[in-house]
This record gives sequence, structure tokens and C-alpha cells, in this order.
Amino acid sequence: MNDNSRFFDEMTGGETQMRFPYASYASWFDGEDQEELRRKSQDAESFFRRTGITFNVYGEDAADERLIPFDIVPRIISGREWSKLTRGIEQRVRAINAFLYDIYHRQEILRAGRVPRELIDRNEAFLPQMIGVTPPGGVYTHIVGTDLVRTGEDEFFVLEDNARTPSGVSYMLENRETMLQMFPELFSRVKVRPVQNYPTDLRRSLAACAPQTGTGTCTVAVLTPGIHNSAYFEHAFLADQMGVELVEGHDLRVKDGRIAMRTTEGYKPIDVIYRRVDDDFLDPLNFNPDSMLGVPGIMDIYRAGGITIANAPGTGISDDKAIYSYMPDIVEFYTGEKAILQNVPTHRCSEPEALKYVLDNLSELVVKEVHGSGGYGMLVGPAASKQELADFRAKLETRPSNYIAQPTLALSTCPILTEGGLAPRHVDLRPFALMSPEKITLTPGGLTRVALKEGSLVVNSSQGGGTKDTWVLEE
Amino acid sequence: MLGKTAGGLFWLFRYLERAENMTRLVETGFRIALTRPDGADDEWRSVLKTAAVDKLYRARYGDVVQDSAIDFLLRDPANGSSVLSAFSSARQNARLTRTALSREVWEAINDAYMTLRDELSQPVSIKNLPETLASIRQHSALVRGAMHGTMLRTDIFDFCRLGTFLERADNTARILDVKYYVLLPSMNQVGSSLDNVQWETILRAVASHRSYRWLTGGNIGAKGIADFLIFDTRMPRSLRFSVKKIAANLDYLEENYGQRHACHDLIDILLARLKHGTIEDVFEEGLHEFLTDFLRDMAALGAQIEQDYSFLG
Repeated sequence: MNDNSRFFDEMTGGETQMRFPYASYASWFDGEDQEELRRKSQDAESFFRRTGITFNVYGEDAADERLIPFDIVPRIISGREWSKLTRGIEQRVRAINAFLYDIYHRQEILRAGRVPRELIDRNEAFLPQMIGVTPPGGVYTHIVGTDLVRTGEDEFFVLEDNARTPSGVSYMLENRETMLQMFPELFSRVKVRPVQNYPTDLRRSLAACAPQTGTGTCTVAVLTPGIHNSAYFEHAFLADQMGVELVEGHDLRVKDGRIAMRTTEGYKPIDVIYRRVDDDFLDPLNFNPDSMLGVPGIMDIYRAGGITIANAPGTGISDDKAIYSYMPDIVEFYTGEKAILQNVPTHRCSEPEALKYVLDNLSELVVKEVHGSGGYGMLVGPAASKQELADFRAKLETRPSNYIAQPTLALSTCPILTEGGLAPRHVDLRPFALMSPEKITLTPGGLTRVALKEGSLVVNSSQGGGTKDTWVLEE
Repeated sequence: MLGKTAGGLFWLFRYLERAENMTRLVETGFRIALTRPDGADDEWRSVLKTAAVDKLYRARYGDVVQDSAIDFLLRDPANGSSVLSAFSSARQNARLTRTALSREVWEAINDAYMTLRDELSQPVSIKNLPETLASIRQHSALVRGAMHGTMLRTDIFDFCRLGTFLERADNTARILDVKYYVLLPSMNQVGSSLDNVQWETILRAVASHRSYRWLTGGNIGAKGIADFLIFDTRMPRSLRFSVKKIAANLDYLEENYGQRHACHDLIDILLARLKHGTIEDVFEEGLHEFLTDFLRDMAALGAQIEQDYSFLG
């Protein structure tokens, strides 16, 4: 596992010479005092603590707030690489949006036999309440955070589409703020495209999706499950940066056919809700009746066109990992083009032949739950113990359709700063795309997650991952 | 603004004010213990009573002893008004109202909480007490400074100030009420050393032992102190000063929103009473009775503001 030559390194490319995007950074780095850099790296932590960029860990004491470790070496992407990623992501977001419209309306793709019907019908992420409903502006996926991994100079794969409620954008913004504070001189040497427009773009993009209520002004609000949610900081941060209210379910109610928030001057109607609450908790009258997080009746207002919910309810179906395996077909079906970004070859364990292959090659594969996320409930074959393999084998045999398997990708590495100087670690990348009826906007950058443990391929923050600032260079 | 946010800001600044007042009470008790050891236990008893936590203290610790009293007032999580609890509640409210606070204010509160959580993680020894108290005071001042320097003067600011001055008026009234008997003219044994100590503690508890001397040319007297803490318009912790500030902030809200509520009528009555009242009237009515009425009116005002501005659902 520790044979680094198997992996593409984004700084060196495996050669002795620097890859072009890292050239300026590397020459700056060589001129810096290593001790000083390590000290600054420690400062970064207190900076994050003070600004309160923390997350709560599920299952631990609610009072326990953790920091996601931050590494001061940026992850650098050239302008040319970025424009290819942009085209690929835009194409994919467009296709997913068309797919969602289709499966909640005429279901052409099922009729054409390109995606099996049972994958939709028996899927708990498919919301029958959305059948025949067209969201305002026809937009389902207002915010998408596509997870990408790289394996070579020109090899990018989409790992997950995250069209539901992608998180992590606050790290993209705060990591950049931190870097600007710590290394202002670096930004005058290297021309990095700014990410700071994201909150403004987000607000504009959401407002462009408002229902036609005829009031002229558009009121946007961020709906959070509350202060104990693991991503509460991000919810508050985004509301603050956009200059809109941060609301909880109990601040809202249905009033005169609209959703209204309780203010110091009485109830005021809202046009667009950027919700960070799952579908299931959105409306106790229509979904989970025990939910205290949602707004009773919001789905009825939504269906009547009185409010925009971003992302649209029922979008989660496109995050399903079995659906993912059909994504190349989905892209082609709706856009008429070949997918620009590759899918990771995926074995659907529901298919007997695939299951047999997976069971025979378990120690070389990554196995995931179709509805899972956050790195929970997955098996990384090459890193697993005999016992873990045996346990997973049993799970696969009991409920094969609950799993998909993928080859263990040779994720690219980026250097991080360690006690012993720069050392390569595996990374992934989550750029954020905003969709409105007029256009798709991609912020040049994203969230780079890095597996801090040597050799580890798991980048999730809940499993020992950290983050880096992501630079997209000006052409 | 969301009603919930208004409520969060109100409580955030009530808790900050409470933490500061609590610190000053500990400081006063400690000072008395150092200079008049015979009166120390009595003083800790009245400090606990002023903070309205004397019953809780007795249930947890029994007899009033200096070390437990200090520990209880500074860092006991079971005491919702302890300095640490108050800062923790303040920060929780700041997290809740994060979007209404400037970055500087949020960071000052967050930093205050994190520093004090560390400094108060162990019982504070007598040796370190002055330094710890100074640190608490300094952190409160930083929050206040950040607030005045960076926050827009909008309804957000008004709700913050309402919290501050409701808590402050409440605190000053309690300090007076716990010691009301030493301020009664009939009990006034001019010049006795007991009275001098008592008067000094009252003034210290409201951070005015020095300013009072400046204003009165050194003549300390029971009536003068009561007058100073109730009616003086220059004294930023007097009842009249606090009530005037509450009235001003409620006026801004009325102007800003174009809506007058029941709380506006309440504050007008309260302010008029303090504006036209004299210390002679108060003594005639009975100081204790006057303060009891005042505390009740403030509680009613707080509840009315909460209702008028939809703090809760």
C-alpha cells in the first residue's frame, strides 16, 4: 500500500520535475523556513477555533465540537484542467436535472429500458409526492457538490454526485480566508481564481428560482435542523454570508397560502427555502409524522407553487449508488452526448453475476451501501482485516441489492506538511455547482479532502480526513 | 428579524451582563474577606442572596464557606448563573444568532468562552483569584467594545441593549434589596464602622465606590447611596439610568417598526415614576416595598417584550 509510485502525485506527477501548476508554489515553498511554516500551520488551528468553524460529531457529546484538520499546502489545479472539469460537471448536472424531471413525469428513460423500473419503484428515495410536480423554474438540483477523484494526468472520475444537500462549501470559503491571512505574499506570486463570490452567486441563483408570487422582492431563508446538527456552523455561515435569515421549523408556518417566518414584526412570507433538512423531516404532514424539524403543510404549499425548496424534494434518488452506475447512460439519454467525466466501473450486487465477481474479489474492491454516505457502512477491501471481509461477505449474501462494489481506485496524492517535510497523501475534490433556470455556475475551486493517515484512501472528515485550500489558476 | 433571533440577542446580552455582575459580586465578597475577616461569611451569604442562588447553594454545599461560595459562583455548572454557566449560555445564544452578530462580536464571545472554560476548568485558588477576575472582566469588555465598534444601529442592536439593561436594573435592585436595612434612615448609626463596611460593599458591587466619592465629595451616607443607585442619571448602573436606556431602545423599535405595543406603555409608567420620584418618597413608601415592586415590574416588562416581539412561538 505504501508504494507511492503506484499513485499519481499532483505536485510531481511521479517525476523528479514539478508539474506545471505547482511550479510557482514550489519555488515559494523552497524559499520558506520549514520551522516557520510548521508554526503557521499550528496558528491555523487556533484561527479556526476562534472563528468557530467546528462540526459536531454524531454519537458524541453534543457539547463536543471538533475541528476538521487543515493542511496549509494548497491543492492546485490548472485553468485548462478546470475548464474540462467545468464542462463535465455542467453536463452531468444538466443530465441529472433532466433525469429527475423525467422520472417524476413521463418516465421516458424507464420506458426506453435504459434504467430498470424496479430501481425507481422500490427506491425509498423516490418520492411519490413529487409525481407530476414541476418545481419553480424546472430546477431540481439548485446546489450540487460533485465528488471527483483523479488517477492520472487526464483521468478524472466522478465518485458521487451529491445532488441532495451537499455540505462543505463553508470550508472552501474559510480555507481560502485562512490562506489569505497566513500567506498574503503567496497570492501576489500565484494568480489564483477567487472563490469569494460563492455566497452572492448562491443567493442570486436561488432568487432566480423563486416562484412567481408577484411581490417583486425575493425573500430567501436557510432552513437548519438546529444548533445541534453537525453542520450547524455551515448553515449559519451561509445564511450570514448571503445576508438572509437562518430559520428552524418552529420559526415557520403556513399563512395565506405561503410559508411565513415569525419575525419581530409579525409573520413575513418566504419565497425560497434553502433547506439543510432531509426530505423525510421536511413536512410531518406529508412525510415522517414525528419530525419536529420541518413545517407542517409545506409540501402542499410547494405543490401549489407557493414556495421554492432547494434542492427539490425527491432529488435524493439521483444520489442512489445503484442509479449512479447508470449515469453514463443517463447523460447520453438526455444530452445526446458521451459523458465527459468518467464513472467508476460499478458492480451492482443485485445482479447474480456481479455478486459472484464481487464475492470472489472482495479483498480488492470497495463495497458501499446504495443509500450510504459519509464513509459509513463501507468496506475498503485492501485495507480490511480477515474478520471484516468475512462480516461483509455475510452482509452481501443476505442483502445483495443493498450494495454496489467498485475497484479500489489509485487516488492521486497531494503533498501535506508533516514533521518530516512534504509527504504525499490521497485526496478527492468536491466542486460546487449552482443551477438556475438560466445557467449553471461553478465556483473555481472546491473542497479538497485529504486522508491524513499515510496510505489511507478514506478522506471523510468523520474518519480522520482533513481539508486543503483548492486553487484554480488563472489561465 | 426573526422573533427567535431577537430573543437570542436579548438573552445573549442578559447573560453577558449577568456574568459581569456575578464577577463583581465575587470581587466584593473577596475584598471584604481580605479587609474585614469577621464580616466575610455574612458577606458571602448576602452575595448568594443577591444572586438569588442562596437556596441552591445550601442544598449543594450546606454552610456558607468562602471557598465553596467562590467555586459555586464562578464555575459550578449546576448554578445556571455562575460565571461559566452564563458565558456558556451567552455563547449558545450567540451561535443561535450568529447571522445577526458581526464577525468581531462573535469571535470576542467565542474567544471569551473558550479562554474562561480553560481558566475555570479547575477551582480557582485565592492566589489566582484576582488574575482570573481581571481576565473575566477584560473579556466582557472586549465583547462590549466589539459590539459598540462594529454593529449596525438597527433593531439587532436594540434587542442587545434591552437585554443588557433589563439585567442590569434587576441586579442593582437586588443589591439594594439585600442590604436595604443598612440604608434605612432609622437604622442609620452615622459613622459606625459596620455601616461604613456595608455601604462600601454596596458601592463596590456596582463598581461605584470611587465615582460616588467624586460625585459627592466624599460624603457617604445611607440616603445618598440609595438616591445615587436609584435616581442618579449619571450613574450607568442606577435604576433610572437603566430604565431610561430600556425606554430609549423600545422607542427606537417603535419608530423603526411603526408599531407600538403594551411594553411601551409599561416602560413609560416605569420611567415616569423614576423621573418624578424622590428618595424621600421612596423611604416614605418603604425602600423594601419600593424595590419589591420594581423587581416585579421589571419581570413583567421582560415577559411583555418577549410576547410583543414574538421571541417564542
